[in-house]
Amino acid sequence: MTLRGLLATTVALTFASQALAQDFNDPAEFKKQREQLSMTPQGPEGQPWAQHLGDGMVDTAKYKKDGQVTLCFSNAGVFNPWRVVGLNNLNAEAELHKDRLKELIVVDAEGKDDKQISDIEALVSGGKCDALIVSPNTTAALTPAVEAACAKLPVIVFDRGVNTSCPVTYIHPVGGYGFGITSGEFIASKLKKGDNVLALRIMPGVDVLETRYSAAKNIFDEAGINVVGSEFTGSDRAKTKSVVEDYINRGEKIDAVWMDAGDTATAALEAFEDAGLPYPVISGEDQQDFLRKWQSEKLTAIGPSYPTYQWRTAVIAALDVLDGKQVPGPEWVLPQPAITEDVLAEYIDDRMPPLHYSLCGCQELPGYPELWGGKK
Amino acid sequence: MTTVPQTSLSLRRPERLALNAGLVIFVALYAAIAFLQPNYLELGLFMNFLRRAAPLVILACGQLYVILTGGFDLSMGAVATLVVLAASILINGDPDTTWAVIGALYAMGIAVGLVNGLVVTFLKVPSIITTLGTMLLVNGLALAWSGGAARGDLPDNFRNLGRLVWRDVPVIGTLPLAAVVLAGFVALVWFGLNGTVYGKRALAVGDNPRAAELAGTPVAATRILAFVVSAVSAVTAGILIGGFSGVSVNAGEGLELQAIAACVIGGAQLLGGRGSIWSAVFGALSLFALFTLLNLLGLPQALRDSIQGLILIAAVGASTWRIRRRT
Repeated sequence: MTLRGLLATTVALTFASQALAQDFNDPAEFKKQREQLSMTPQGPEGQPWAQHLGDGMVDTAKYKKDGQVTLCFSNAGVFNPWRVVGLNNLNAEAELHKDRLKELIVVDAEGKDDKQISDIEALVSGGKCDALIVSPNTTAALTPAVEAACAKLPVIVFDRGVNTSCPVTYIHPVGGYGFGITSGEFIASKLKKGDNVLALRIMPGVDVLETRYSAAKNIFDEAGINVVGSEFTGSDRAKTKSVVEDYINRGEKIDAVWMDAGDTATAALEAFEDAGLPYPVISGEDQQDFLRKWQSEKLTAIGPSYPTYQWRTAVIAALDVLDGKQVPGPEWVLPQPAITEDVLAEYIDDRMPPLHYSLCGCQELPGYPELWGGKK
Repeated sequence: MTTVPQTSLSLRRPERLALNAGLVIFVALYAAIAFLQPNYLELGLFMNFLRRAAPLVILACGQLYVILTGGFDLSMGAVATLVVLAASILINGDPDTTWAVIGALYAMGIAVGLVNGLVVTFLKVPSIITTLGTMLLVNGLALAWSGGAARGDLPDNFRNLGRLVWRDVPVIGTLPLAAVVLAGFVALVWFGLNGTVYGKRALAVGDNPRAAELAGTPVAATRILAFVVSAVSAVTAGILIGGFSGVSVNAGEGLELQAIAACVIGGAQLLGGRGSIWSAVFGALSLFALFTLLNLLGLPQALRDSIQGLILIAAVGASTWRIRRRT
């Protein structure tokens, strides 16, 4: 009996996931990111991974190091396609600097804070690293480890941040509010007051995702657009399609689908196909499958991005720091473009796998497209 | 001689009860759905419900075989994921290779089932550990092979298995191909348990393996076959899931526990010895009706998860309590 009870509890627990009620709606940050979206970036034309928004620069002369150098990278993990593409970008960028780089040491924390903390400690105390790149698994938990590393060598943080200003620079695109603003404003511009939008989200409680939703929700509320539902899909295509079918079956008209990440956008669209309904206005992301569908079905759509080319920037920044060059900082804000109908065709590459992120800035890198899973 | 009819009576009664438990819960939940959304009473929407529930029902049927013999199969979800990823990589958009690849997928599934069965039977590793191991192994293989991101494409003839809906069918209106696959699969596994001697052997092994062995039941073969059936059902479900919604790296995540939950809700007894194919079918339909109902209610996610957990515990608790009271 005990075993049976235990198993029943285990089964029940599988279905439980926690939702955190935190405030991810910061008007000041919303305003800042909205301004950044319309800024003209500085830096080399056509290479967004080397560009930056705003004027701040930091001096790095004290880190200058001659000869060949070793870069170390503590990665939070490769637990989703975005990070798969990103890691390929990072490796390929390192390949470009073979003459300067003796070695690139990559350590994977498999999505675990404790493993990443010990990874960083091991890298720092190993003494081989000339500079450390960190893509933190979570912000608060990794802060002390990063602070300790800062005392020993130059640290560059990208993607998620840390609660300390000790890294030389923190590289990130405009951010979650920016993502929500781009997609929310597009949908609001295509809909009338009183129209319905269905919001599909990956999971609750992740700051970079929550801010996307809060920004879009603000815009929808302002435009008088009705958010009929906000559903979590866990990036699961089958669940996404089922959820959308359920909404369709409720009989409410869905004029637009807003997504906080585009990896299940095509599944959401299939629900409309299977029900024999016209496609809604939709915001996805820069994945190939969505872009192809957009083109072939002539959708009214937008592909905002959280560009994977920031993984290239991390290597560029680390080498610049070891060269003693000034780098944008203490935050290196990268431009965060969106794919619109005008530029859609140039981002479609039939050789690439369906979940390849098109704004990878990797088309010119060595090993493209095979290294990213594409066909020759 | 007088004890014989008594034993057969007490064996038969829980089986009838199992059927009732799952069916009653399903009818109640579906009635609640229809109350909220009367159009779910239309045959078309019921067919669509069946189409979406089909993978879970098929998984539950396979899982039931293993549960009857007193084990668990935790590797089903991983096998389903591997099927979806392998299909997309191997077929890669070429419709001509679809059927050959489906054959290969079944061969792969049977191999996983055999490994599970052989390890459990001959190395005497408990099935929960064995299949946890294969789950990790298969998930790792799938991850390594795909590089962590979906690759390749599924052509329409593969997708149709989970997606195609025939419209304007006489009498029933619409008929999803997945519902036909579901009916065929359930008929097969029903026949396996009720039309052959296998069903009685499985129950005997699950009830008391030592006694079954002494009575001349081929315990090893019975157990191994159960794991093979389970793996085959995971392949079938994987094909339907891939067809329904396309390639994704987490296609089968968590399905093994849903399948176990479905069997228990339907009245099958964990650790074996009791249950029928209808426990699995109606248990899975109940569970899926619950998912749909909670979707339709439009509650916030956090509350929805809690309610789902409560209902699951209540359903399993009620059915085990009733079984215990009667036996």
